[in-house]
Amino acid sequence: MNKSRRNFLKLAGGAAAGLCFGSAGVALASEGAHRGPYVEESPKAFTAKRWAMVVDTRKLKTAEDIQPLVDACHSVHNVPDIPTKQDIKWIWSDTYEHGFPTTENNHLSEDVEHRAFALLCNHCENPPCVRVCPTQATFQRPDGIVMMDFHRCIGCRYCMAGCPFGARSFNFQDPRPFIKKENPEFPTRMRGVVEKCTFCSERLDNGQMPACVEASKGAVLFGDLTDKDSEVRKALRENFTIRRKPSLGTEPGVYYII
Amino acid sequence: MLEKALQGNSRYWGWLGFLVLVIAVCGGFWTFQLQKGLTITGMSRDVSWGFYIAQLTYLVGVAASGVMVVLPYYFHHYQKFKKMVILGEFMAIGAVLMCMLFVVVDLGQPQRMINIILHPTPNSILFWDMLVLNGYLFLNLLVGWVTLQSERMHVHPPKWIYFFVYLSIIWAFSIHTVTAFLYQGLPGRHYFLTAIMAARFLSSAFCAGPAILLLIAFALKRVAGFDPGREAIRSLAKIITYAMCVNVFFFLLEVFTAFYSNIPGHMAPLKYLFVGMQGKTNMVPWMWTFAVLAILSIILLVPPKLRDNPKLLPWSLAILILATWIDKGLGLLIGGFSVTPFETITEYVPTFPELMISLGVYATGALVITILFKVAVGIRRENLDLKAE
Repeated sequence: MNKSRRNFLKLAGGAAAGLCFGSAGVALASEGAHRGPYVEESPKAFTAKRWAMVVDTRKLKTAEDIQPLVDACHSVHNVPDIPTKQDIKWIWSDTYEHGFPTTENNHLSEDVEHRAFALLCNHCENPPCVRVCPTQATFQRPDGIVMMDFHRCIGCRYCMAGCPFGARSFNFQDPRPFIKKENPEFPTRMRGVVEKCTFCSERLDNGQMPACVEASKGAVLFGDLTDKDSEVRKALRENFTIRRKPSLGTEPGVYYII
Repeated sequence: MLEKALQGNSRYWGWLGFLVLVIAVCGGFWTFQLQKGLTITGMSRDVSWGFYIAQLTYLVGVAASGVMVVLPYYFHHYQKFKKMVILGEFMAIGAVLMCMLFVVVDLGQPQRMINIILHPTPNSILFWDMLVLNGYLFLNLLVGWVTLQSERMHVHPPKWIYFFVYLSIIWAFSIHTVTAFLYQGLPGRHYFLTAIMAARFLSSAFCAGPAILLLIAFALKRVAGFDPGREAIRSLAKIITYAMCVNVFFFLLEVFTAFYSNIPGHMAPLKYLFVGMQGKTNMVPWMWTFAVLAILSIILLVPPKLRDNPKLLPWSLAILILATWIDKGLGLLIGGFSVTPFETITEYVPTFPELMISLGVYATGALVITILFKVAVGIRRENLDLKAE
């Protein structure tokens, strides 16, 4: 009697434990199935294995040529216009000397010497900003885009120290009063977080090319670097291009046709 | 033991009251910064770290330097440092606290600070810095408290504490190494990208930290009759002298590498700091002051006759502290950031609110160290009184 009760208890206990583990296993499995983006990808989304950009500096020659790209980007992304050294910029124009400081040449062709270059985040393959971020607020997507989570960023600015391209800006103050016309489609930021170019990931998801690419009227190409038939690969094949500070090994994703 | 901190003369309470007042005023500036953001500082898009992080760097060194008295005492049984050991440990506690506060005041979103723990990221050196600093704080609190408690009870410290003592000695090297790694692994920042950075950090820490400790000990002798002993002072002064010579030597290695290789990027920060670049010369007077004071401190410390002169030594140490502070608390960060990734120069000058907030952090550290030292000296005096009876 006693023995059989013990056996019964053993059996019941074992079964209960089995149920627990079993259901936990199911829970874990379903957790695994749900991992990844919560939002289903739109069928019209542009996708790639490695997004890259090619800027044709023969077509975009001056700061005036680049300005429409800057305006397009900054208005779409609610980038404030702050007229101090604490400014915010996602894309801007600068000289060859500043953009490519280690590749400076003596007696450069006058054309290149006076050319303006559109500078922006390079969405590096080995991004130092992602390496140093202590909260993974800046991270790399599988398609190579280096993104920012404005809600997780603690504002330590380590990524700004890490970036060798000066691509990042910090909201030293509340940026909202400096936004001329707010685009309700894109979030504004609060003070105390870092921001930068996102390769227009939100537009790509919607089947739209990045704002600067659209505004460039064909002078900036955008596509999949791993697809040898893509527009960018074709441009790289046919033209001499350079990248910023390639010796640092970050593998920038923005190429410049000279 | 904390009750010892509650028994003091009017001078002690006056000093505490003064510190609290300073903290309150500076706290006001901090609330101002919390409302306005870091825009009230002199930092910019190019110079994105400034005075706060520079002080963090300097103070990590001060924290680590306690090991210069702890190590000879525990590893080499150098009994002369017996009285100093607890001061070294307690100063480390105050210094680490200041380090943490300097990180907090530097954050754009301090209320999200816990994200570092919620999303642990081992590839970020800042994550490791957070770990080692907290660990070092814990170790020094534990070791300092337990050993002092044993001393009060006239018993030997429990055996298990030695594990933590030895751990804390190794840990001290780690905190400053990790802090150097914050900088030296960054591509594209020429002034930081040098394998000798951690070694430089340790050498400057091991001269500046003990120098500060000695100055505090001298002050304690005056106000509390606490005498670390002539031999202890002499030995520590010797350690400081060696460390300072090594520190200056390491700095000269940087100068050689930059200028003999003649690579423009490597020379740029040193040029900016010492002669100015593109017409920007803010740092030039500071850096030459550093150079002159560093050499002067060596001249005053190397000859035993001058070093062992008790009248002169406090001055030599003060000169050394100022020199190392300019090098590490100003030059290192400003030199590294002012030369921008575009090879242009953006200058940085801390603003008044920024300096006030920093003063507040220093005052908080001073408050903690005062209270801890009061406890330590109080226990010592209690034991002396008992002996006298």
